[in-house]
Amino acid sequence: MYNETVMEHFTNPRNVGEIEGADGIGEVGSPQCGDIMKIYLKIEDNIIKDIRFKTFGCASAIASSSVMTEMVKGKTVEEALKLTNKDVVEKLGGLPAPKIHCSVLAEDAIRKAVEDYRQKQKVKNRG
Amino acid sequence: MTKRVYVDNSATTPMHPQVLEEMLPYFTERFGNPSSIHSFGREAKQAMDRARDRVAKSLGAGSDEIYFTGSGTEADNWALKGTAYANRDGGNHIITSKVEHHAVLHTCQYLERYGFDVTYLDVDEYGMVNPEDLKKAIKDSTILISIMFANNEIGTIQQVEEIGKIAKGKGIYFHTDAVQAMGNTAIDVERQNIDLLSISAHKIRGPKGVGALYIKKGVKIDNLIHGGAQERKKRSGTENIASVVGLGRAAQLASDNIEGHVRKMTLLRDRLIDGIRERIEHVRLNGHPTQRLPNNINFSFDFIEGEALLLSLDMVGIAASSGSACTSGSLDPSHVLLATGLCHETAHGSLRISLGDINTEEDIDYILEQLPPIVERLRKLSPLFKQCEGGKVHV
Repeated sequence: MYNETVMEHFTNPRNVGEIEGADGIGEVGSPQCGDIMKIYLKIEDNIIKDIRFKTFGCASAIASSSVMTEMVKGKTVEEALKLTNKDVVEKLGGLPAPKIHCSVLAEDAIRKAVEDYRQKQKVKNRG
Repeated sequence: MTKRVYVDNSATTPMHPQVLEEMLPYFTERFGNPSSIHSFGREAKQAMDRARDRVAKSLGAGSDEIYFTGSGTEADNWALKGTAYANRDGGNHIITSKVEHHAVLHTCQYLERYGFDVTYLDVDEYGMVNPEDLKKAIKDSTILISIMFANNEIGTIQQVEEIGKIAKGKGIYFHTDAVQAMGNTAIDVERQNIDLLSISAHKIRGPKGVGALYIKKGVKIDNLIHGGAQERKKRSGTENIASVVGLGRAAQLASDNIEGHVRKMTLLRDRLIDGIRERIEHVRLNGHPTQRLPNNINFSFDFIEGEALLLSLDMVGIAASSGSACTSGSLDPSHVLLATGLCHETAHGSLRISLGDINTEEDIDYILEQLPPIVERLRKLSPLFKQCEGGKVHV
């Protein structure tokens, strides 16, 4: 059902956890659908220094979260925003068709976290 | 090699060696067509008759009331469509429940498209149909009541005898899907006032691809499959002799050994239920606490998703199933769990463990050893878990 890369990320997910005082937080999905992804960003000089996630969902949702965090860590905010669900699927070596929405969730999560970061920055600059 | 523990016996069971042994000659030397009058045909016909007698005996039915089908699903389709169309002059109303197998539910939805009126009865938190609700739902136009004997997901055993009595009192046909009940709880079509009953061989250690429909003598029913007049002109198609022989033997074994089987399953089931409750917090046993199949265990584990749980169990050799949407190919979790009032996220986190003859106490202990750390790992990954720990109400 899942390839080795997906299973490997599901079994040993990278960057699990939370960041206290995170610069940006993104939560997407809904419990009704059986998927919730929450990610935390630590950003310094416009670069994603640290990223952590927690996911309620199936193996592909967990693997998509894990691989996405790896892909954006160390990147600039702009670079992170360019990440698409296709990139996530590619990096995982493919997902079964009904599971593609998990990769979309990963894309949405990083976007939402960056949005939250920018919002917080605005407030900070104003203050 | 990793230990392998199969606890998905409600999905299918391994064929009993005695069943296989009895089937084998009917693939090769005893290959005759039972419709032929020569000795080859007569040999096959005799095997069919013997299988029919055995199935009938296991249900408390007459041999002339048993009709072989290609599956339990076909038996359900036949029972519903066959009686609906044959009794249309008497009315167009059918009563069923919200927790039926899709073989019944989807057939009812199909019939609705052709002018039938279907009432889907609610169930209580344990998945039980209230006979009083059934009484209230009956109309002058009701021609059929179809309520499953025992549920395939949560194991709840319905008050079949009571339902049968109500149906009989009103002169309405009563069909029950007994695919999961067979071999796990006593069936007696006479005593339980059942007019039509579906069974499947592979759930009782028989072969796949064969089932049967019990049709009480006198029940008006149309054919589903038309053709060459086999099965006393009710179900055409050259008989699948080897599989029918297998069903006969499996039914006989299931009913002969039912007491020992139920005793053993109950012990293992309760050991597992108690063990899970002792070791893991935030769990809920789905289904009825007592009126349940002796081999069924269904738990919801809060904050985690069923497919991730199943895969993790599979990695340590444990084969089970889940009501999670991710395992069903649809977006919604199990209709059965939702009907019992579970919220979506709890339904997504369900695990069904269904035991069989092949399971042992060691299997149960292995599950009890492997399950808690898996649940703990997935909860640590879950954003819902912390929200609960923090004293907040989780979403």
